[in-house]
Amino acid sequence: MDIFDLTAHQLADMLKKRETTAIEITRSVLERIQKVDHDIRAYVTLTAEQAIESAKEVDDNCKEKISPLAGIPAGLKDNICTKEVRTTCCSRMLENFVPPYSATVVERLNQVGAVITGKLNMDEFAMGSSTEYSAFFPTHNPWDLDRVPGGSSGGPAAAVAAGEAIYAIGSDTGGSIRQPAAFCGIVGLKPTYGLVSRYGVVPFASSLDQVGSLTKDVRDCSMVMNVIAGQDSKDSTSAPVDIPDYTSFLTGEIKGKKIGVPRELLDGLDPKMADTFKKALKKLEELGAIVDECSFPHAEAAVPAYHIIAPAEASSNLARFDGVRYGHRAVPEQGKDYDLVEMYMKSRGEGFGPEVKRRVLLGTHFLSTGNYELYYLKALKVRTLIIEDYQRLFREYDVLVTLTTPDLPFKLGRKIDDPLALYHSDSYTIPVNIAGLPAISLPCGFVDGLPVGMQVIAPAFAEGDLLQVAYAFEQNTPYHKQRPPLKKETAKGSES
Amino acid sequence: MKLTREEIEQVAELAHIALGEDEIIELHNQFNDFIQFVETINDINTDDVEPTYYLLPLKNVWRPDQHHQPLAPDEVFHNTHEHDGGFFKVPRIL
Repeated sequence: MDIFDLTAHQLADMLKKRETTAIEITRSVLERIQKVDHDIRAYVTLTAEQAIESAKEVDDNCKEKISPLAGIPAGLKDNICTKEVRTTCCSRMLENFVPPYSATVVERLNQVGAVITGKLNMDEFAMGSSTEYSAFFPTHNPWDLDRVPGGSSGGPAAAVAAGEAIYAIGSDTGGSIRQPAAFCGIVGLKPTYGLVSRYGVVPFASSLDQVGSLTKDVRDCSMVMNVIAGQDSKDSTSAPVDIPDYTSFLTGEIKGKKIGVPRELLDGLDPKMADTFKKALKKLEELGAIVDECSFPHAEAAVPAYHIIAPAEASSNLARFDGVRYGHRAVPEQGKDYDLVEMYMKSRGEGFGPEVKRRVLLGTHFLSTGNYELYYLKALKVRTLIIEDYQRLFREYDVLVTLTTPDLPFKLGRKIDDPLALYHSDSYTIPVNIAGLPAISLPCGFVDGLPVGMQVIAPAFAEGDLLQVAYAFEQNTPYHKQRPPLKKETAKGSES
Repeated sequence: MKLTREEIEQVAELAHIALGEDEIIELHNQFNDFIQFVETINDINTDDVEPTYYLLPLKNVWRPDQHHQPLAPDEVFHNTHEHDGGFFKVPRIL
């Protein structure tokens, strides 16, 4: 295996034993980007020079002793603010936006000597499930370049799967970390709402957004969580909870764990997907877990409720983009003038792409006089019912398990013209955000050569349980060790 | 509930988004499908159910009352299209 194919914990061990250097690792990843990114298109902004500098600093100051993430190259979804590095949200609105500060999650990574390789592609303002709504270009799935990597964190997922970053940080509002992780055959964790600071992450739907990790395996996921989890005085919704050492849950032991499988999410599954999932459940049983079908009566209601709550919050959050302090400003033709409202309307009309406009308009409609009670308040009541479903289930089960998404990665362009069909791709992940719970997606098999992801859901702040179950499954299956066969398939044949 | 083209235009005005003719036609076609889809939650009985506004039981989040360095003016105005001294400049209002 090449250096770029290794995991963060393997590289940290090698650094500790002086078998490699941060510079060598960083060069390997940067060379990989050079070789494959013209096909994958995961990166929006590359920060190669800064990455080399950070790596040198780690090597010079033996920073690997501070944290196992020191000297390990990571990519960031492009909605995470980076001081003096362009942060676009993959929108024309923020195409030239250079933040004057970094997000807390970036500060935390910098403090432990992480090497940031650049900013990664996403659906515009994180609204989408395929990364095709990026205003710049779509990203391609490393397992099949004709297919989408999922979204909205498609850039981060594709980069990690293709060895263009050892791990990445993304955000998840309705499945935006887990669904692309599943599509790209890697591990994606959406932590409990409030566990990781959202300060400096461009908001989409503030009661649903959470920052999390995309990694090659569960141990890397635990290591990243050890760095990014924890209360932040700059985010008043970050929770005052004690942060354990998440690697301490990686025992490999799940005997007697009670696992619930919501039967409502098994209906209508593609037979090959259903078969893969059944095999995964059997493996959990072999490992000593007690697996039972259970009932999640409001599962189906979560998707429409989400598509009221998320656009409503987005319409409010995106009101800040008015062309005044930052972001795109429309300029009138020579000799003409805009008044203030015209300037607002034209700036937003030119700056936002079609999906963002659609959601902002829907959200505005749902919150307008006369509609608030009919839509928004109703959705918040359904939200309560979904939370109550989970509370009842977690009195009986330690964790719940579902497929991450009912779909295999679909062909580029196939669903983009039918947004409603695209929304169903997130139907297994959305209920988790509605209730603010933690969930992890990990590889559980392949169908037609494409990766399939399994989702494990736990009660709030029980990330340890998630990681314990996920690690035991992963260590007893081969899927996380497989890498996409890019060497043969890169269209331009640049790989030897 | 179906929306007319005029209602879509009114929502766009409320949201301060200028739309082209093609966009209005496309949105008008899609909007009603979306609304029909989300209205499926009306089949759920929510009598006596309280809405959930906040996920975490957090109240009165305070930070220490300490001074901190604000952004320098250069940093504040770096991303603006137009400014004049210490002010953001916008089209004439009055």
